[in-house]
Amino acid sequence: MIGFLARRLAGMVAVLLAISLLTFLIFQVIPGGDPAVRMAGRLATPAQVQDVRRAWGFDRPVYDQYLTTMGKVLDGTVVSYSQQINVEDEIVRSLPPTISLALGAGVIWLFFGVLFGVLSAITAGRLLDRSLTVVALVGISTPAFFLGALLLYYFGYRLELLPLGGYVPLTRDPWGWFTHMLMPWLALSVAFIGVYARVLRSNVLDTMSEDYVRTARAKGLSERRVLVRHVLRNSLIPIVSLWGLDFAAVVGGGAIVIESVFDLHGVGQYAAESIARLDVPPVLVVTLLVACAVVVLGAVVDILYAALDPRIRLAR
Amino acid sequence: MTPPPPGMKSPPAAIKPPPAGGSPWRLAWRRLARSRATLAFGGLFLAVVMLCLLAPVYAREIAHTGPNDNHITETVKVGGKTLEVVSPTGVPIGPTWHSRFFLGADANGRDVAVRLLYGGRNSLEVGALATLITMLLAVLIGVLAGYFRGVTDGVLSRLLDVIWAFPPILLGVALGVALAVGGLDLGVVKLHSGSLLLPALIVGVVFVPYVARPLRGQVLSLRRREFIDAARVQGHGHMRILASELLPNLTSTIVVFIPLMLANAILLEAGLSYLGAGVQDPNPSWGTMLAEGIRLTPGAIHLVLVPGLMLVAAVLGVNVFGDGMRDALDARA
Repeated sequence: MIGFLARRLAGMVAVLLAISLLTFLIFQVIPGGDPAVRMAGRLATPAQVQDVRRAWGFDRPVYDQYLTTMGKVLDGTVVSYSQQINVEDEIVRSLPPTISLALGAGVIWLFFGVLFGVLSAITAGRLLDRSLTVVALVGISTPAFFLGALLLYYFGYRLELLPLGGYVPLTRDPWGWFTHMLMPWLALSVAFIGVYARVLRSNVLDTMSEDYVRTARAKGLSERRVLVRHVLRNSLIPIVSLWGLDFAAVVGGGAIVIESVFDLHGVGQYAAESIARLDVPPVLVVTLLVACAVVVLGAVVDILYAALDPRIRLAR
Repeated sequence: MTPPPPGMKSPPAAIKPPPAGGSPWRLAWRRLARSRATLAFGGLFLAVVMLCLLAPVYAREIAHTGPNDNHITETVKVGGKTLEVVSPTGVPIGPTWHSRFFLGADANGRDVAVRLLYGGRNSLEVGALATLITMLLAVLIGVLAGYFRGVTDGVLSRLLDVIWAFPPILLGVALGVALAVGGLDLGVVKLHSGSLLLPALIVGVVFVPYVARPLRGQVLSLRRREFIDAARVQGHGHMRILASELLPNLTSTIVVFIPLMLANAILLEAGLSYLGAGVQDPNPSWGTMLAEGIRLTPGAIHLVLVPGLMLVAAVLGVNVFGDGMRDALDARA
């Protein structure tokens, strides 16, 4: 167990370092991406640009700049180029909408994904299964931002039932928080529900043909007990890992598109705006945050796996 | 097959082979042909592709305008009434259901139906190229990592880990914006910032781990099988074993991944274009058209509905077809 954690930790650090280096380099090689020119302003003289360059250390070698920036990232003192605001403060400010989005949508897609998947599997081939399959495939095939835009138009603008985007903190107005988050949750969940329902359906069908399920039936267990204790316990294991990784990606700003459609000012939107300004420090910190979330939750999922399924051993 | 023992007659030629026989591919094909839904949705996708390929014909013969031609100050006659293409307040005309502006106009007075078909060509082209790139890289990486193991596997797997840890859209946007500014100079080929190859390359690379990892796993288990040992004992080289022993056993996995990746590539291209990191203006694509439409809502919902529904139709066609194909290739189902 300790050996597993140590190996996992070493791998995590290596991946995070590689990602930070890659992100830094992507923005280093962009032609016209010289931050000093943009920061000095449009009317700056070459001498002024040179001053900015020296003051921010852009004249130093790339590895030196990378190490300095990473040092500041770890200290929490890194500042964005364009607005010169502390990046980590900005991210802490944009975390509540993103976490609200991830938690709400995560619960919705897990619940309906599992429900639809199980219903589909136990009625395999019948009308309910076919209808749920159609719903799932339409969900998978619909871009979240298209769905979001339609929801905004019909429920927000035409019917005036729900607010037209924006974020209200939970602590200030719980009902307002709920109504503002409802459409983003739905728009984000639909594709995931489709994927989870499909994955679970095929897992359940696979498990149902196992010998131990036949044994369970043969010894007279009720169908409900066979399903819950024997089939679901096995079929849900891959769903755990899927959910962990998807949730991590959304927390880290992976729902950029939904955050922009509903103007939530979350981490993803912050990242997208920073990328558009070619502002390296915020992009670097957000990508590291996502990668961290994905890698940490990946490890947690592996440990959960071993707890849920005694056949899996962590030492490999 | 053992030869018949001496003294026994060879079986009469009149006996037909049992109808269920044949190669696994023939069996799969038969199962596929039986599933009407699969074929219907495959047909839907083909219909969308054909429509988009006919874009120049539609533009020249029916709409009489190009995808980037502005008609912002013109009027159009619909059922005897003369209507402005774009109203003075900037609201474009909705679907006329006539040859001109069949699906309405956009804010620049361009014909939405013409742009939809030209945009579809771009979206489908980016999707197809991206799928090709994903599959080529993923098969290469998955097979090499799984077969040679050791250092090769270590390096390639870490590379996949790095790509995997970025959410696709974030990596895509970073690469897209970075490359959209200056294009990409690969030394041999130079890609300009407006080139369709750029979004295709980005989308293609982002999805590589999703295919390479399962392939690597499959190769890891295949390489321990007896037929690989047999090939090695016969003195075949690595290349020969890879090409004629391993690859044929991976074909059905690869084939199953193609429609899945095509659907995802089209969706990711739309997402990237929505964020301005995909296909670049004035080149239309379903994603850029959707982005324009969403910016103009609630003024003209047809600008959201038209490209959105077309995109869903194409992706749904691919997804249902791919689903049916997977069932057909998987003998257990």
